[in-house]
Amino acid sequence: MSDGGIATGTLWTVIILLGLGSFALRFVFTGIVGDRPMPAWLLRHLRYTAVAILPALVAPQVMWPVATDGVFDIPRAAAALVTLGVGLATKNVLAAVISGAITLYGLLYLLG
Amino acid sequence: MTTSTRKSTYRAGIIDASPFILVMIPFATLFGVLATEAGLNVVGTMAFSIVVIAGAAQFTALQLMQENVPTAIVLISALAVNLRMAMYSASLTPYLGAAPLWQRALCAYMTVDQSYVVSVSKFEREPDMTVAERVRYFLGVVTPLVPLWYGFTLVGALLGAQIPDSWALDFAIPITFLAMIAPMFRTMAHVVAALVAVVVALLAAGVPYSLGLIIAGVAGMIAGAQMELWMERRGMRT
Repeated sequence: MSDGGIATGTLWTVIILLGLGSFALRFVFTGIVGDRPMPAWLLRHLRYTAVAILPALVAPQVMWPVATDGVFDIPRAAAALVTLGVGLATKNVLAAVISGAITLYGLLYLLG
Repeated sequence: MTTSTRKSTYRAGIIDASPFILVMIPFATLFGVLATEAGLNVVGTMAFSIVVIAGAAQFTALQLMQENVPTAIVLISALAVNLRMAMYSASLTPYLGAAPLWQRALCAYMTVDQSYVVSVSKFEREPDMTVAERVRYFLGVVTPLVPLWYGFTLVGALLGAQIPDSWALDFAIPITFLAMIAPMFRTMAHVVAALVAVVVALLAAGVPYSLGLIIAGVAGMIAGAQMELWMERRGMRT
């Protein structure tokens, strides 16, 4: 990363356009489709949105964390496994998050 | 509907979202810290979090701006990261589509990963909820999350570079998402959708503008839908 700084004009352009664009993405279906019925095949796919997108978002971050410049990191990978395992076993989000955090900090401390 | 049930639907949303307070705090703080390190002042940092209100996209935009990437590319990349919000919007439409326009707009502004997942899980589990109840529940869910996003962006901006990297705040989000995913594996179709999405995400990690995420998401959704059809044909009850 350079320390060149970000031009004020660029920053505000990005903030405003990114804000508008993000809102448009969030509103595109609830706003425009509204209460018109959607086809069954589409609804069938949409049922799997969360369960597909979130793992896809996380997988590369677990394998190649940005914080370690993309190098596989045992504490982070172990924390991910423990979080998922505790979540599957208990169905309890809080228990899963806390177990993952303890694993991460414990291993960072022991291996660091 | 009586006032007490109204309150209890709203309160149920707050309670169901409360585990995410633990991760919203480090994530928002981290954005404030990194934005300050990148040279943004407090006003710019806060405007970013309030106007855009999307962690991953904000981190992407911030990093690309520091690398002096052309503004158009910054916007395309950050919006690609946020493309999943359109999928969330589609997924929420059967549940919230009949609400008044201003309520849909309000919910849209506050649609983030956590509010979407918590709400849609509830709506699927309780198909008898009225549209008004769903909106109240959604507003309950965002009540502990959105103010914390703003507030701890500010804390991070004020603390600035005083938080050491060794705190590993970067990993707050992967851990949250994994914790959110675990209770969603209700049928074999959900498991297949997730596995296909993970494999494709790893294979497509090199695709520019974070589009690998969308490719992986769509692949997972198709896999889940096909598995569901296959199970229906086999007469398997989910």
